[in-house]
Amino acid sequence: MAEPTTGRKKDDSAAVFTQKASLVSACVHGVKDWAAALDKTLALLAEKPPLDPQVPSEKKTDPSARILAAPNLDHERFRHLSEKCGPYPHIQLIRDNLRNFPGGIDMGVTTADYGIADTGTLVINSNEEETRLATMLCEVHVAILGVSDIRETALSMTGELAALTREKGSYTAFVTGASRTADIERVLAIGVHGPLELHIILVEDD
Amino acid sequence: MAETRESLTSYKHRLGDALDNRFLRQAMDKFAVAYRASRENAFAGMDVAELIQQVADIKAAAIDDNKALLAQFVTKARAHGITVHLADTAEDANRIIGEIAQKTGSKKIVKSKSMTAEETHLNKWLENLGLEVTETDLGEWIVQLRKEGPSHMVMPAIHLSRFQVADLFSDVTGTDQDAEIERLVKVARKELREKFVQADMGITGANYALADTGTIGIATNEGNARLVTTLPKVHVALVGIDKLLPTIADALTVNRILPKNATGQAITSYVTWITGPSECKTTPSGKREMHIVFLDNGRSNIAADPVFSQVLQCVRCGACANVCPVYRMVGGHQMGHIYIGAIGLITTYFFHGLENAKNLVQNCTNCGACKAVCAGGIDLPHLIKEIHARIQDEAGHPLQSLLLGKVLKNRKLFHRLLRTAYLAQKPVIDKNTGPAPKEKGPGFLRHLPMIFSSDHNFRRLPAIARVPFRDRFARLNRPVENPRFTIALFSGCVQDFVYPEHLEAAMRGFAQHNIHVVFPMDQSCCGLPAVSMGETSAARDVALQNLDAMAMGCTNYDAVHYIVTLCASCASHLRHGVPKLVRDYAPEKAAAFADKVVPFSVFMNDILGIAPEAGAGADAGRKTAFHSPCHLCRGLGVHDSPHELIEKSGNQYVPTDEEETCCGFGGSFSTTFPAVSNEILTRKLDDVTGSGADLLVTECPGCVLQLRGGAVKQGRKLTVCHLAELLYPSS
Repeated sequence: MAEPTTGRKKDDSAAVFTQKASLVSACVHGVKDWAAALDKTLALLAEKPPLDPQVPSEKKTDPSARILAAPNLDHERFRHLSEKCGPYPHIQLIRDNLRNFPGGIDMGVTTADYGIADTGTLVINSNEEETRLATMLCEVHVAILGVSDIRETALSMTGELAALTREKGSYTAFVTGASRTADIERVLAIGVHGPLELHIILVEDD
Repeated sequence: MAETRESLTSYKHRLGDALDNRFLRQAMDKFAVAYRASRENAFAGMDVAELIQQVADIKAAAIDDNKALLAQFVTKARAHGITVHLADTAEDANRIIGEIAQKTGSKKIVKSKSMTAEETHLNKWLENLGLEVTETDLGEWIVQLRKEGPSHMVMPAIHLSRFQVADLFSDVTGTDQDAEIERLVKVARKELREKFVQADMGITGANYALADTGTIGIATNEGNARLVTTLPKVHVALVGIDKLLPTIADALTVNRILPKNATGQAITSYVTWITGPSECKTTPSGKREMHIVFLDNGRSNIAADPVFSQVLQCVRCGACANVCPVYRMVGGHQMGHIYIGAIGLITTYFFHGLENAKNLVQNCTNCGACKAVCAGGIDLPHLIKEIHARIQDEAGHPLQSLLLGKVLKNRKLFHRLLRTAYLAQKPVIDKNTGPAPKEKGPGFLRHLPMIFSSDHNFRRLPAIARVPFRDRFARLNRPVENPRFTIALFSGCVQDFVYPEHLEAAMRGFAQHNIHVVFPMDQSCCGLPAVSMGETSAARDVALQNLDAMAMGCTNYDAVHYIVTLCASCASHLRHGVPKLVRDYAPEKAAAFADKVVPFSVFMNDILGIAPEAGAGADAGRKTAFHSPCHLCRGLGVHDSPHELIEKSGNQYVPTDEEETCCGFGGSFSTTFPAVSNEILTRKLDDVTGSGADLLVTECPGCVLQLRGGAVKQGRKLTVCHLAELLYPSS
């Protein structure tokens, strides 16, 4: 794993990361710990408008219903999230079989392995199909990133990236902002084939 | 897309239609202006030249080592369970991919953007097999639905308006669609989601292929490549062998420039690294079937070519189109075959043959804007000329070009023809020189000589002078006691025979500053026109003649301190072009010669360091714009000296947005493609007029010819002169 960074450098990198990610219209939220990160996720979900299904669905769904996918949270954290969702029956929390939701899901929440400060980029191990689908089919992607996992540049972490990408079957994603295009008249439009919004929750005590 | 065997005339008609397409013109111009700003912004605070050098070095080394990298990749990839195919030709690649589809029972295919697949015409091949192929990149989908090719390597539909897209989407969905971009994007999101879900097979290209891990890297913004490589059971990547790099560190270095150069983004929304078959829950094995098809299609031959191997340093950012003055006027369908922009002018010859390249390759002003931004550090303008020459060697030289070469090789004949031309034009000279009373030349040609067709009439052409500079030199040259410097003056043919007054003005300045001037009478044209017509051997002959003439019997040119020229194109060609042309004949001599060549502004401002108000004219204090000749700013890296000289002349230098944009002259370009040249010129003059300047100064007689001729023809209140005339006007 990475060599430990000094506190000062860590702060600088987090500030640069936040600024660069904001430039590509990602929303960065700082929180103290994981519990707060999950609370913030649910708060974002509560604000979210209903899903705009991308494929025709047979059954009319309840406009208050929300689908939340959290495929790559570890067992403990998923259980924690599940408990927090308990009081809200309209939230359907899932972690498997995302192929059953081709029309989209409201929110995908994933951890991110690293952040790259100078471009505001998330590095996400997406070897598992469910992780990929959660970050592709969701309307809002919430990525939870530890402050200590932020590196200055991609080139400064080639060792870590090589370790991620050399594995057989590896699928490593750099994600910077929401899905976008400028293909019509070079006018920027957010949300083409991927998320319409990207939220990054920076966790101080990872 | 161009049909093969298109005649030059029909190509020119296509250019004319593009110039008449108002939306295209607006879109391209907006894009050119916005791109310049966003690229600058993206690179703010970075040493771009150094980054480019790093990329050029990495790519050059990878090309050298291509065979070993390919072998290493294949070994790794096969160990990961990827099926690797090697395709020698475009057809091989298409056949391989078609067979994969048939073997896997795939009927529906989704694709993410791949220029390599455009190169091989893959879609057409697959559709002929009865397969359904859907492009999922928004721009590619739009041009696919319109049955067009992409008009830009990274923005395939940049030639279209939102209204055209709305009409198209209304047809596709069967419901009326508003021309609102956000909503149109959502239409694509919905229409294409179905296609992703139903697809059996996904096809991608790759930006990087990493030999040490067998990984491919794909950069996208929309996220379509992620779905293409996740939902279907089969993934095929079609990858040119030039995409091979040793490690991820190399790819990350290239990726620092690629998106910034392409769209002014620090990085694309997604960069996806795939190392072998990834999890796919709908297959029995739980893994996706993955194939990589490596395409050669002439790349190995390019790699082995000492002149052209650098072509493979291209990272497909498209920046060479973004800054091209011709692309800006006519768009990508007219400025490429499949590959667009300067690199397309070159690769078309290799990938799609001489017939598709022969007209295109002439459509270049040689302004060097592409070379200045190229992420791979490729000398694009030089290679375009090399391709032009090669095509003429293979397909035969046109008569006009042959004659030019023959005439230029024989200085006495060339100069006799120019003197005869003066006599021939006498009855058609118009003494009225337009709104510029100070201009003392022999005037403009009232009618064009018969050899020019009417569409050359977009600018007034200057007349040939009665007495060329070479016949005036003895009278103008005064002996200098204790000279500060001894210089040899290289006149170039345009100033010698058309604008001797530029050189006369400079002679006044040299006299004021105690400069001893020699003018070797055997000097000829610098040879650039021959290069630009694809007459390499004539250009080399002329270069060798000039090397001899300017040496004046001395070795190493030590008879003079400098060789000064008032023509930036001559200066740039003498300094950089000549050593290249004669590298197998007289390399040391050419190097010694090139070392001495300086443009007028550098000599006066930086070497002599003339004081302010030196020679300030009577009507000083005018708002003065500078048109920087391409061969001055990019050819020689001179930017500030002329500004300082304008201020020193007592006038006020006014910056303009397009100062360093080509004027559209480009030597034979303006006579081959007059309509395009005229539009570039008009855009230039609009920019100058908009700055409030009423005086436009430049440092190249070709630019004076173009700009002054255009200003007069268009009736603009704008005086155009050479820097020497500004500093040392005739009394």
